[in-house]
Amino acid sequence: MNKFDVSVDTRLCKACGLCVLVCPKKVFELRDEDGKSVPVNALACIGCTQCYQICPDFAITVYKKEGALA
Amino acid sequence: MVNENDAEASFVPMSSAPDKWLRKEHLPHIWCPGCGIGTILRQVIEQFTKLGWKNDDVVFVTGIGCTGRASGYVNAQTLHTIHGRALPTATGIKMARPDMHVVAMLGDGDGVGIGGNHFIHAAKRNIGVTAIVVNNRIYGMTGGQVSPTTPQGSKSTTTPYGNVEPSMDVCKLALGAGATFVARVHTANPVYVGQIIGRALQHDGFAVVEVLSQCPTYFGRFNGMPDPVQMLQWFKENTFMAKSPEDEKEGKIPIGVFKDDKTTPELSKSYRNLWEA
Ligand SMILES: Cc1ncc(C[n+]2csc(CCOP(=O)(O)OP(=O)(O)O)c2C)c(N)n1
Ligand code: SF4
Ligand code: SF4
Ligand code: SF4
Ligand SMILES: [Mg+2]
Repeated sequence: MNKFDVSVDTRLCKACGLCVLVCPKKVFELRDEDGKSVPVNALACIGCTQCYQICPDFAITVYKKEGALA
Repeated sequence: MVNENDAEASFVPMSSAPDKWLRKEHLPHIWCPGCGIGTILRQVIEQFTKLGWKNDDVVFVTGIGCTGRASGYVNAQTLHTIHGRALPTATGIKMARPDMHVVAMLGDGDGVGIGGNHFIHAAKRNIGVTAIVVNNRIYGMTGGQVSPTTPQGSKSTTTPYGNVEPSMDVCKLALGAGATFVARVHTANPVYVGQIIGRALQHDGFAVVEVLSQCPTYFGRFNGMPDPVQMLQWFKENTFMAKSPEDEKEGKIPIGVFKDDKTTPELSKSYRNLWEA
């Protein structure tokens, strides 16, 4: 079972694409209608933190699972 | 989120920095898509969180410019001062309240253009202020005019045929004027930006961190890099790790910690020692 989860706040995202550039697991895609980021592959996240460290818009939250068997 | 139905587990954000240190009601911020200022601010608040500082113990001071707008988003004691005057304001605060953590975030024009003399004197005095210089090598807010740090040959609104002047080196200036912690980093490596800002925040004296940052809207667009991804690639390809800003390698920009002097006394402490004696 995966230990991490990812969300993007669409209200804050400005479609710059930097999360797509840095994510080693191809978690994000920029959607067609407005180029904003969607974590289409969140189950692949390894919690490396790179996406939220670079996102200039504070739009990404990466969650770590706590309390359950990892 | 895809795992909301996972009954056993609770999902906890890996960073509590935005909740603790941002005035979220003011977001989205005014910066352009892909602008480096937001990445740098993220690293600053990550370090505030790591250090366990209290919101009321941090004074966050800015001047004018796109960078200057940062003070509006930080949940601390904040001051948005006039152009070039963040450092004299920060100096006064530190002299009156040496117990506070005083942090100034400056643009290149704000910090070493109009505020250049204040920068030199803050360094000379070794006042206990952390100065984070967001060097996007242009006046962003006013429409992309040439700045003191615009590279020779680069285009701007006011240098449409290329800047004929040599550019100013923020780190060499800081070292020459007496700053006791001096470093240069860039936004293509945000975690390293955070590590170095963390060291600067803990330094007892005037600490300068020059962060090369992307302004895709003006610097990038005028110089063949309109996409922030191109600008980050440029930083990676045109920098190298060095021990001194004088180091040379194929015309690239030196990156690293150039000074970390823990022995020179900090000004607000020297002053207090004098009248408490
Ligand atoms: C005394 C004064 N002179 C000029 C201006 C106009 N002005 C506003 S921001 C700015 C330059 C900003 O450049 P920089 O400090 O590099 O910040 P950036 O926008 O690039 O982050 C200037 C010249 C002003 N606001 N006040
Ligand atoms: S880095 Fe942030 S602002 Fe840029 S596309 Fe990704 S989520 Fe959106
Ligand atoms: S934490 Fe790492 S792996 Fe997970 S989405 Fe962000 S960049 Fe990708
Ligand atoms: S003009 Fe440049 S520095 Fe200002 S917000 Fe836009 S990209 Fe950033
Ligand atoms: Mg600037």
